[in-house]
Amino acid sequence: MSQKIQQAPIPTIPLGARIQRWVGRNLIKIYAFIAFTYLFIPVAYTFAFSFNDSGKSNLIWKGFTLDNWRNPCGAPEVCNALGNSIKIGLIATIFSTILGTMIAFAIGRHKFKGRSTSNLLIFLPMATPEIVLGASLLSLFLVLEINPGFWPTVIAHIVFCISFVVVTVKARIASLDPKLEQAAMDLYANEFQTFRRVTLPLVAPGIAGAALLAFSLSFDDFIITNFNSGTLTTFPKFIYISAARGIPAQANVIGSAMFFLALTLVIVGQLANRRRVR
Amino acid sequence: MRKIRTPYLLLLPGFAFLFTFFILPIINLAQTSTQTRIPGGDTGQYEQTLRFTNYFDAFIENREQFTRSFVYALLATLLALAISYPLAYAIAFKSGKYKNVLLVLVIAPFFTSFLLRTIAWKQILGEEGFVVPTLRTFGIISDSTTLTSTSFAVVMGMTYNFLPFMTLPLFASIDRIDPKTLEASGDLYANGITTFRKVTLPLSMPGVVAGTLLTFIPAAGDYVNAAILGSPNTKMLGNVIESRYFRVVDYPTAAALSFTLMVAILILVTLYIRKVGTEELV
Repeated sequence: MSQKIQQAPIPTIPLGARIQRWVGRNLIKIYAFIAFTYLFIPVAYTFAFSFNDSGKSNLIWKGFTLDNWRNPCGAPEVCNALGNSIKIGLIATIFSTILGTMIAFAIGRHKFKGRSTSNLLIFLPMATPEIVLGASLLSLFLVLEINPGFWPTVIAHIVFCISFVVVTVKARIASLDPKLEQAAMDLYANEFQTFRRVTLPLVAPGIAGAALLAFSLSFDDFIITNFNSGTLTTFPKFIYISAARGIPAQANVIGSAMFFLALTLVIVGQLANRRRVR
Repeated sequence: MRKIRTPYLLLLPGFAFLFTFFILPIINLAQTSTQTRIPGGDTGQYEQTLRFTNYFDAFIENREQFTRSFVYALLATLLALAISYPLAYAIAFKSGKYKNVLLVLVIAPFFTSFLLRTIAWKQILGEEGFVVPTLRTFGIISDSTTLTSTSFAVVMGMTYNFLPFMTLPLFASIDRIDPKTLEASGDLYANGITTFRKVTLPLSMPGVVAGTLLTFIPAAGDYVNAAILGSPNTKMLGNVIESRYFRVVDYPTAAALSFTLMVAILILVTLYIRKVGTEELV
């Protein structure tokens, strides 16, 4: 009798209930884990198949090799296409960043007649599907009898990058504390000095971010490029064209290398930023 | 005097560029859409005849693909919202010092070319991938069911490819919510669901609007996912426009379809923004 009374208060939560409680508490973390798995499955797959000893068509796993990584330009055309993508990306990034930053300063820093129209003109290219942008530019080039190719592709990329640059830089300008510029003025800096020594350094991370965004949008673009590049091959176009007969493993190598390169850049940038904040 | 001119001088080069290579092409597209073939001319030769029935013909002929584009885009947008919201919420409120790392991880997959990833999905979901045999072993799908070349694959591919366009704006606006407002809601005896419905969701609406727009617009005009993951039965408007331009060389129909797509999207976007009422978009 007395023994029974002593035993009763010992809290024994059954295993099932404990698991249930743990899951309940960490539900959102478990969810995030699943979501990230979903995001990374194709990346892992692309990376794994960059080591495939596949020959021409990289569809079925045939064995491990490092040859593709040793010789990333081994497949015909692949490095030529990559070179074109990088060239187009760099030129488009420089122009769209300059033009977009100027527009962002005009809209973000000044009150003027036609400001809302300007906002609309920036929003429109983003609200236009890529295929319409690409097709309409192609029809203009056809009328002007300009052959699609390198420069038409660069122009097309600048068009869709500008808006993203404006939005990114404008957000940075909006988050600035106006007191900092007032302080500079109080210390007898003229308008130009204030801009160069205070405003520009503060907006610089936004501009850098916008340039990175512009480059990655340009580098990864396929639809607009496909309409305006004619016989020129870019890296995404190379993949699309070779998809029909099988993509060489070298494309996986380049894709994976870009992934790790970009990831390293972002991490280094974050660390540098953190150090500066300290 | 200089002050008044400054913004216009700053705008001038960019807007001159956008006018020449964005506005003019759209006007030109509208012109092309009402042209007809020169009688007896070669393929690809058209003359201006202001034939507005081009639109009618193009729409009737492709109404199936038209509907499909909007249905797929809507499904992909809703799916992306459902997947992204909890993820953005978790990153904003539950990640502690790993917030920046997780944010980078959301963008990271997109450094690998999206075409490579789409083709990877094709192989993962294909007969030789690991998904189909697994599902068959557990009897979830029958032996004759395939996952590629279906509407499911196309919508899944679109959802996947446009996911960061949904997650990032959502994160930006959820991250701005002061956790104290959620505590206050709890103090006023609101349960979790009420707090979400009355506090979190309304405060994150700018992110929801931006995210759904940034997903829906490219999804409606997309044809890459349908081309790689789909079959002739899942063709979208983008596929038709592409083949009209490059294979059939029927510029007027392609232009009419492009223009219709653009106007339809603009109308939907305007209605949507009016309805949810955010001005802070751009």
